[in-house]
Amino acid sequence: MTLDELQEIAESEREAQKKITHRINVSVAAGCLSLHSDVVFNILHEEVKKRGMEESCKVKAVGCMGLCAAGPLVRSEPQHTYYRGLPPDSPEVLSAIVDSINGRPVPEFALSPEIPFFAAQKRIVLENCGEIDPERIEDYIGVGGYQSLLTCIAKRSREDVVQEIIKSGLRGRGGGGYPTGLKWSMVAKAAGEQKYVICNADEGDPGAFMDRSVLESDPHRVLEGMAIAAYAVAATKGYIYCRAEYPLAVKRLKVAIRQAEKLGLLGKRIGESDFSFEVEVRIGAGAFVCGEETALIASVEGERGVPRPRPPFPAYSGLNHCPTLLNNVETFANIVPIVRNGAEWFASIGTDKSKGTKVFALVGDVVNTGLIEVPMGMKLRDLVYSLGGGIPDNKKFKAVQTGGPSGGCIPEQFLDMGVDYESLMSAGSIMGSGGMIVMDETACMVDVAKFFMDFTRDESCGKCIPCRVGTTQLHGMLERISEGKGRMEDLDTLERLGNMVKRTALCGLGQTAPNPVSSTVRYFRDEYVQHITNKTCAQGKCPCSKAPSTAAGK
Amino acid sequence: MPEISHYQVKTLTIDGKEVCASEHQTILEVARENNIDIPTLCYFNGLNGVGACRLCLVEVKGNNKLLPACVTQAQEGMEVTAHSPQLHEYRKLIIELLLTERSHVCAVCVSSGHCELQSLAQKLGVNHVTLPYLHEQCKADGSHRHFVADHNRCVLCTRCMRVCDEIEGAHTWDITGRGIRSRMITDMGEPWGDSETCTNCGKCVSVCPVGALVEKGKAVAEMTKPNFLPYLIQMRGKGQ
Repeated sequence: MTLDELQEIAESEREAQKKITHRINVSVAAGCLSLHSDVVFNILHEEVKKRGMEESCKVKAVGCMGLCAAGPLVRSEPQHTYYRGLPPDSPEVLSAIVDSINGRPVPEFALSPEIPFFAAQKRIVLENCGEIDPERIEDYIGVGGYQSLLTCIAKRSREDVVQEIIKSGLRGRGGGGYPTGLKWSMVAKAAGEQKYVICNADEGDPGAFMDRSVLESDPHRVLEGMAIAAYAVAATKGYIYCRAEYPLAVKRLKVAIRQAEKLGLLGKRIGESDFSFEVEVRIGAGAFVCGEETALIASVEGERGVPRPRPPFPAYSGLNHCPTLLNNVETFANIVPIVRNGAEWFASIGTDKSKGTKVFALVGDVVNTGLIEVPMGMKLRDLVYSLGGGIPDNKKFKAVQTGGPSGGCIPEQFLDMGVDYESLMSAGSIMGSGGMIVMDETACMVDVAKFFMDFTRDESCGKCIPCRVGTTQLHGMLERISEGKGRMEDLDTLERLGNMVKRTALCGLGQTAPNPVSSTVRYFRDEYVQHITNKTCAQGKCPCSKAPSTAAGK
Repeated sequence: MPEISHYQVKTLTIDGKEVCASEHQTILEVARENNIDIPTLCYFNGLNGVGACRLCLVEVKGNNKLLPACVTQAQEGMEVTAHSPQLHEYRKLIIELLLTERSHVCAVCVSSGHCELQSLAQKLGVNHVTLPYLHEQCKADGSHRHFVADHNRCVLCTRCMRVCDEIEGAHTWDITGRGIRSRMITDMGEPWGDSETCTNCGKCVSVCPVGALVEKGKAVAEMTKPNFLPYLIQMRGKGQ
């Protein structure tokens, strides 16, 4: 397929869509599906059919619209109205919605797109999510899909594409924040006949679902990003390492790969050039540590998924000892808009050192839980109170946990901090992949630290001693404190052992595992002291509070 | 014209001492050549390095991460610190963690006096354990004709696995589970005596640093390990 042929498909798709005057988009991403949005979709579809309006009104299965708290979500166009929490077992309500497409929206379920949750977002990565049908490549091509790839192949040199990414200032969205362009140029310059591109879709942080939503809602965007990367670094083979817990994402990826191959947009001789790029999906077996790049590569090779020391870095010696470019789902999803709109455009968004937007999974004690994309540097307060709609039941904000088990808890005093890589680091946490867990005043920070320590202890691969035994010891200490059996010396030991694990563990999992503990000891030392000296948990979350009085807490 | 050698010799300093390294030599190899002692446990000369025990971590000027000397190649101009109070502290804590993990009771161990964990603890001055004992419960496997595997004394250095795979070519040993629940296994977890791949060569017993893999019929402190190193080096010299 050439660029002209692609544009023809895009044009005819747009023509076909113009004929449809009304559109009812139903989210069929995993979150809404679990609330039976597929039933909602079927009923709406039947209702439209009954009225003989199929020609002008299309009920469309689309990806994630973001507001998980209000699923199943539906959007009606051109009314430009969201419908929240539609009951799948009430055909009357759904019928009323179809009836109202030309008039005023059904008020009980209507949700204005003007609310800050939608209005304050800047959607770049998620621009097609909730707009296009993830299982129809024509939909993606209709919004300009695969044009960037074919334009690169036809008109731009490999070096030029790498330079564009360097200039954009894009940094790795998987958590580390390593400059993406630098990584690309390392792989591009590395010597080797065979090179690989791998997409890390082994999203494993508790409470994080950014990558899943992108893959379920817009899989072609990620594939196109990977193909552009492959062209830029001269790789011919790609893998998407997706965790087995994401069956829908895997299914849609496989559908997307098949469709793209059929149209000659992936596979051999892409765009009728001599550039070939084949993509395969590899499924993880449930180990968190396989999100670490060297462990991931070992797992793709069929080995036991454990990390190895770096150097050598995968850019020089990765999969099968060949130069390998490894980026996260969200990083690849950023490539197409950068190539399309230019590096200057991208660099104009965000802060000085953190460019572009970031997708966050906003969860926990917040009214509007869901997926949001905002420019880097947005204030934490705006995220929680404006987009998030504040804390339910008028409770007080206590902390926000970012970065998953590698991150930390950020207390109230940092609410006016702009969120970017550096500021989060200086507050003792990390950006991580974008999980953001809001906690209200009823949260017990010892309990939170214990939860994350339990997670890393359980997920440690066991290869290196500091992580294998260190995380177990740290967890044991937190357990004793939560049982009211802690001693004041334990606080020093937590710090001493935590520092040692951070400095000596083999991979990123171990090196960051003590972060949830150290950040809570730093900002909520009082709570630890209270558990140790009073042997009670004021929030009623820990075992020590359960013995005499069990009434308190939720 | 005489041929120009492309063989690179690098000069660097380790603990202030100027040393030189040939191509592909690791920091650990250069240090040992120059009588600079860096403690190791998972490392075994002749086997592939895995950088797992973290005892040989060293500081390299200009790098904010600690690097495992056993798998880090010496580079021209490197300034390596192999001994500092901080590194000493970390090494002691690593040994302490190991001592708490399983049941390392020297008084009843056949390898006492010939145990690398014991001598490392002595050398680093680990004279008491401050952390609580975890005492992971493991099995002892006495099903083999000649050897015993007491996993309660295992430190998961994976030397047995590597020597069996890389030198003997049998790959009888492997690892199962993860984290604190990691265990060495023979074949697919069958008793060692039932293993269909084990050649009874005893290499794993020779390289085991502790009393986990031992010969049958030994009493406390009787288990001495044969010096396996010359054999390995000889085999490597033959290009095998």
